[in-house]
Amino acid sequence: MTVLGPLGFTAPWLLLGLLALPVLWVILRAVPPAPIRRLFPGVVLLLGLKDDDQVTDRTPWWLLLLRLLAVAAVIIGLAGPILNPEDDSQSAGTGPLLVVMDASWSSAADWRARQVALDALLSRAEREARPVALMRLTDPEAPHFQQAAVLRARLTGLEPEPWEPGEAHVARALSMLPEEDFDSYWMSDGLARASRDPMLNALMEHGQVTVFESPRNLTALLPPRFEDGHVQLTARRLHPGTAREISIAGHGLDPAGNPAVLVRAPLTFAEGASEGELDLSLPAELRARITRFEIDGARSAGAVSLPDDSLRRREVALIAGNENREGLELLSPLYYLHKALQDDVDILDGALTEVLPANPDVIVLADVATLGPGEEAGVTEWLEKGGTLLRFAGPRLAASDLSRDREDPLMPVRLRAGGRSVGGAMSWGEPKSLAPFPEGSPFEGLTIPADVTVTSQVMAQPDPTLADRVIAQLSDGTPLVTRKRVGQGQVVLFHVTANAEWSSLPLSGLFVQMLERLAISAMPATPEPGELVGTMWQPIRVLDGFGAVVDAGTLPGVPGEALLTEALGPELRPGLYQGEERSLARNVVTESTVLEPAVWPDTVPVEGLNRPQETPLAGWLLALAIALLLADVIASLALSGRLRGARPTAATVLLALALGALATTGGARAQGASSSSADAFAEAATAEVTLAHVVTGDTQLDELAQNGLRGLSETLYYRTSVEPSDPMAVNLETDELAFFPLLYWPITPSQPTPSPAAYAKLNDYLRSGGMILFDTRDADVAGFGAASPEGRKLRELAAPLDIPPLEPVPQDHVLTRTFYLLQDFPGRYSSRDVWVEAAPPDAELVEGMPFRNLNDNVTPVVIGGNDWAAAWAVDSRGNPQVRIGSGFAGERQREIAYRFGVNLVMHVLTGNYKSDQVHVPALLDRLGN
Amino acid sequence: MITPVAQLRQSAQQEATRFPALLARAEQLAGTVLLGEHGRRRSGLGDDFWQYRPLRAGDTYRSIDWRRSGRGDEQYVREREWQIAQSVQLWVDTGASMRFSSHKDLPTKGDRARLVALAAAILLIRGGERVGFTGWTLPPRNGDIQILRLAEALSKDAEEDYSQPEARGIIPHARAMFVSDFLGDLAPMEAALTKAADRGVRGVLVQVLDPTEESFPFKGRTIFESVGKTLAHETLKAGDLRERYLQRLAERKARLEHLSRLTGWQFMCHHTSDSAQNALLWVYRAMDGGHG
Repeated sequence: MTVLGPLGFTAPWLLLGLLALPVLWVILRAVPPAPIRRLFPGVVLLLGLKDDDQVTDRTPWWLLLLRLLAVAAVIIGLAGPILNPEDDSQSAGTGPLLVVMDASWSSAADWRARQVALDALLSRAEREARPVALMRLTDPEAPHFQQAAVLRARLTGLEPEPWEPGEAHVARALSMLPEEDFDSYWMSDGLARASRDPMLNALMEHGQVTVFESPRNLTALLPPRFEDGHVQLTARRLHPGTAREISIAGHGLDPAGNPAVLVRAPLTFAEGASEGELDLSLPAELRARITRFEIDGARSAGAVSLPDDSLRRREVALIAGNENREGLELLSPLYYLHKALQDDVDILDGALTEVLPANPDVIVLADVATLGPGEEAGVTEWLEKGGTLLRFAGPRLAASDLSRDREDPLMPVRLRAGGRSVGGAMSWGEPKSLAPFPEGSPFEGLTIPADVTVTSQVMAQPDPTLADRVIAQLSDGTPLVTRKRVGQGQVVLFHVTANAEWSSLPLSGLFVQMLERLAISAMPATPEPGELVGTMWQPIRVLDGFGAVVDAGTLPGVPGEALLTEALGPELRPGLYQGEERSLARNVVTESTVLEPAVWPDTVPVEGLNRPQETPLAGWLLALAIALLLADVIASLALSGRLRGARPTAATVLLALALGALATTGGARAQGASSSSADAFAEAATAEVTLAHVVTGDTQLDELAQNGLRGLSETLYYRTSVEPSDPMAVNLETDELAFFPLLYWPITPSQPTPSPAAYAKLNDYLRSGGMILFDTRDADVAGFGAASPEGRKLRELAAPLDIPPLEPVPQDHVLTRTFYLLQDFPGRYSSRDVWVEAAPPDAELVEGMPFRNLNDNVTPVVIGGNDWAAAWAVDSRGNPQVRIGSGFAGERQREIAYRFGVNLVMHVLTGNYKSDQVHVPALLDRLGN
Repeated sequence: MITPVAQLRQSAQQEATRFPALLARAEQLAGTVLLGEHGRRRSGLGDDFWQYRPLRAGDTYRSIDWRRSGRGDEQYVREREWQIAQSVQLWVDTGASMRFSSHKDLPTKGDRARLVALAAAILLIRGGERVGFTGWTLPPRNGDIQILRLAEALSKDAEEDYSQPEARGIIPHARAMFVSDFLGDLAPMEAALTKAADRGVRGVLVQVLDPTEESFPFKGRTIFESVGKTLAHETLKAGDLRERYLQRLAERKARLEHLSRLTGWQFMCHHTSDSAQNALLWVYRAMDGGHG
C-alpha cells in the first residue's frame, strides 16, 4: 500500500491512467457531436444554404472537463484510495499477549466499540501469530494462552458484569497469573480504584503493558430519594466539562399493564460540575408504578437505578363519622390525624365506597359506628388482603350497640355499654395516665410523657382473648389500644377519640410515634444491617451489565446482613430483593460511589477509541463518477437541444429538487386543499340537521346505510318538524363528528379498528351529547351478546369507548314515547335485544306514575342487531329497497322500524323532554289506564 | 392527422357561434342568380322593401302599392331589393407539411387550417352563402348538410409533401379562401391566383405557420427533414442559418403579400400558437369587406 498523507492506495499503479487524460481531451475535442434529425416543414427555405464555417460546433470546454473529471474519478476510485489507512508498523510485538478487561458496568456503555477494538487487536495478533489469553477482572478465570482466532470466535459472547473488579476479584486474578513473561493489553473502564495498582504492578513485572481507555464521558445515576414530596434524582459524571443535559426516564407499567416510559425529564450538569440534580414532582399513583429510573441512551448498569419501597408512600384514607363542616376545626375528629400524617403519607379523602377501590394501606375510621352492608363486606375483604383498619372511639361509638353482644368482625374487642369518664368535674378520681407498654406490644420501648392523660374511654368487655389483644393500657389496667388480626390485615382500636376531647394523647409526640410503630405513618428507613441478621432475601429482578432488568429466575436468596454490606459480585447481583415485609434494592451506583478518572504511570502507553476509522473511498469516487456522467448526459442533451421538448417538466422538476421546495409547496397545497374541503364538509353538515353513518369500507353496506338514513330523513321530513338534509358518510379518521346528532354504525367483522386519535374523537363526541346507534345486523341468527362475528367485532370496537353500563330498553324508557308510543324496535329483524344506558340504580317507580323518572341525559349508545338501515332504505325513487318479512306484516314491521327511527332522532334532539310528567294525563289516556 | 368528423365540426361550430352571421359582401353578380338573403342595393326580386317610386309607363296596375298611393294623389310602386346568394370556394392545404406541430400542446398547422376554414364556412352558410371547395369535388351549396359535407371532405389528408392550390372549377365572380402554409413552390400559387383574378374572383390568403417556423430556435448539428421525408438538409451549425432562413421567410411573405395586392386579394399570416379566433375574426372582416 502506498500512503500519501492521510490517503493510501491499494493499487497505486492504476493512477498512471491519469496521464491519458490530456490525450482524451484532444480526442473528445476533435469528435463532433452526433447530428439530430428533426422534422421541419420549413426545410424548403433552407435548401441550398451553405454553412459559413465548415467546422462543427466544438464540445464546450466545461463539458469536456466534466467528462475528464468523471474519468479521473473512475481511475482514482479503481486505484483503491483509503482514508486514514491502518498503520501496521506500530506496536508489532512477539511473544504471548494477555488481554485484561475490567469488564465492569462502566465499560458497558461503549461495549460494542471495545469489542471492535479488541477484534482488531486479535486480528493483528493472529497475523503476528502471537498466542493470546483473555482475563476479565470482574470474573477472573485462569488465563490460557491460545491462538487468537479461537478467542475471536468467542468475542461476541463476552459481556460486562454489573459490578466492579474489587479487591477480592483482583487478588484472585493475581493468583492466577502465569509464571512466564508476556505482554499485557489492559482494556480499562477508565475509573480509578484501589485495586488497580497491585494488578498493574504485577503485569509490569511480566512485560510491557498497554492500556486502552475510552474517552467517553461516563454518567451514572444514583438511587432516587424521596424528600419533601419530591423524587430527588442525582447523576454523576466522570469528566466534569461543559454544561450538558441528559434525559432521565422513569420506566414502569402503564395502567393497561404494559411496560412504558411513565416520566421523562432532563437533568442538567452545570459547567464544571460533576454532579447534577433533578427534582421530580410526581403524582403518587405514578410514583408507585415506577420500577426503575434510567439515563436515556446510556447502556450501562450504572445508568439504571431501582427504587425499592423508599419511593412508596402509604395511602391512608381518613373517614369520620359525621364531620360537622361548619364546626371548629380543632374539634374535628380528623384534625390531629391530618397533622400527624400529612407529611409522611398520601391522604385519601372521600366516602368509604369511593376509597376502597383505591386499595389504601390504612383506613382510619374516627368515631364511626355503623357501616352499610356493602361497605362492611368490602372492608372485610380488603382487611383480609392485608389492610390495616384503625378505629378511634368517640361519642357515637360509645352510644351505639356496635360489638356489644357479640364481637363485630371489624372491632378487636367487645365493648361495654356507655364507656367511662374519669377525672372530670362530675366524677371521682384523677385522669388516668398510661401504663408502660407491655412486652410484645408494637409500642414497646417508647417513652411515655408524663402529661398524657385520659379522661374518657370506651371499655372493653372482659373476654378470654382480651389479654392477647391489648397492646397499650392505662395505669389502672384498662385497655387503651387493642388489636386483632383479620386474615393478613389487622384491626386496631384506640379506645379514645382522635381529637383532644377524651385525652391529651393526640396532642403529644407519643401519638405520632405510636402511629409510626403501627406502620401507619411512614415506611421505615433503610434498615440497619443488625436488624436484618438471620433474614433471607430473595432476588426478584436483577440487572445485567448493560442495565437490562432480567428476571432473577432461580438465583439463591441472600442473607440480610450480606445484602446491605457486601460488595456486589456474582453472589450478590444488583437488583431488587424481596424480604418478608418489604423489598430492598441493591443498586450499582450508590451515594458512596465516586467517579474519578484512572491515573496511569507515564511509562504505560494509553490508547483510546478516538483513532480515525479506516475509510475506503473507492465507492464514493465511483458514485461521483456516475453522478458526473449523469450530469454529462443532461448537459449534452441540453446542448444539442434535445432537452427542449421536455423542458417545462424536466426543468421544473430539477429546479424544485434543487430548491428542495417541492415538498413544501406540495404540502402547503395539500394542506390548503384539505382545510378547504374540511370547511366544505362542515358547511354541508351544519346547514341542516344531518344524520350520518360511519364508513365501514364495505361499499354495499355503506350504500345501504346511506339509503337507509335517507329513507329515515324523508320520513322525518314528512311526519315531523325535523327536516334533515341528505345524510352523510363519515370517516372516523378524518371527519369532524361534532356536527352530527346521531351516528349510525353498522358492524362488519372486517372493518378496520379506528386509530387512538379517532377513539379520542369518538369519546369526545359521546361525552358532548352525541349518540351512536350500533347495529350488528345479525339479530336473525344471533341473540345479543352471542358470539357472532359481528358481536365479537362490536365488543372489540367498543372496548376503548367511554360507554356507561347498559341494560335492555326498559318498558318505560323515554325512547318508547318520544314521538310514537312503541314497545318494539324492529328493523329488518325484530329482535327485542336493544340495549341503552342503564337507568340509575336509585330510579324508583313513584306511586301513581306509570314511568320512572329515568335518565336525565340522552343515552350515548343504542346497541342492537335489527339491521335498521335495511328496513329504512329507499332507492332513488323512494321505493323500499329491501324486502321485509312478507306481505302486509312486513310492511307493518317497516312502518314500526320507521317509527323507531323517528323516536330515536326525537330522543337525540329533545333529550328527556318526554320524560317530564307534563304529558302523563294524555299518555295515560292513550294507554287506556 | 385525421380528425374525427364530429369533433372537427363541433369545434368549428364553437368557433362560429362567437360571431354574428356573416353577410358576405358581393360586388359582382354574374352567373349565379340564386335567390338569397343578400341585398344587392338595387331593386329586383326579393322580400325586403327597397323603395317607393312613382308609377311609370309600363308598370302594371297590380304593381301599384295602394296603401302608399292612398295618402296622396300620385300612384307609387313598391320596389323590393334584389337579393342573391354568393358562392364562396375554399381551398385548404392538406399536404404533409401541414401535419406538423413543434410542441405537443400546439395543434398541427393542418388542424388549425381546417378549423379556421370550416368556421368561416359555417359563418358563411349561416349568412345564406353557398360554400364549397375549389375543383369539382364539392361544388358550392348552402344548407346545414353542406357543413357536414365540408367537414367530411376536410378530414382527408393528401399524400404529397407540399400540395398545390386547386384553381380549377372556380366560379367566376365568386369569392375564395385559400388556407395553407404556402411553403411549397410559389409558381402554381401565382398561376392559380392570376387565373382566379382573371375570372373576377376575390378572396383571402391565410398562411398558417408553426411558431418554430417563425423563430427557428435550432442550434448544433442538425438534419432537417420535411414531414413527408422527401426533402432533407444537413447543417453543422443550425444557429448560423437562422438569419438567412428568417430572411427567406420574410421574402416569401412579402411576395405573397405583393401577389395578393396585385390580384385584389387579402393576405394574412396566422400562427398556431395564437388563438384561432383571431384568424376567424380577420377572415370575417376580410370576407365581409367592412360591411356589417
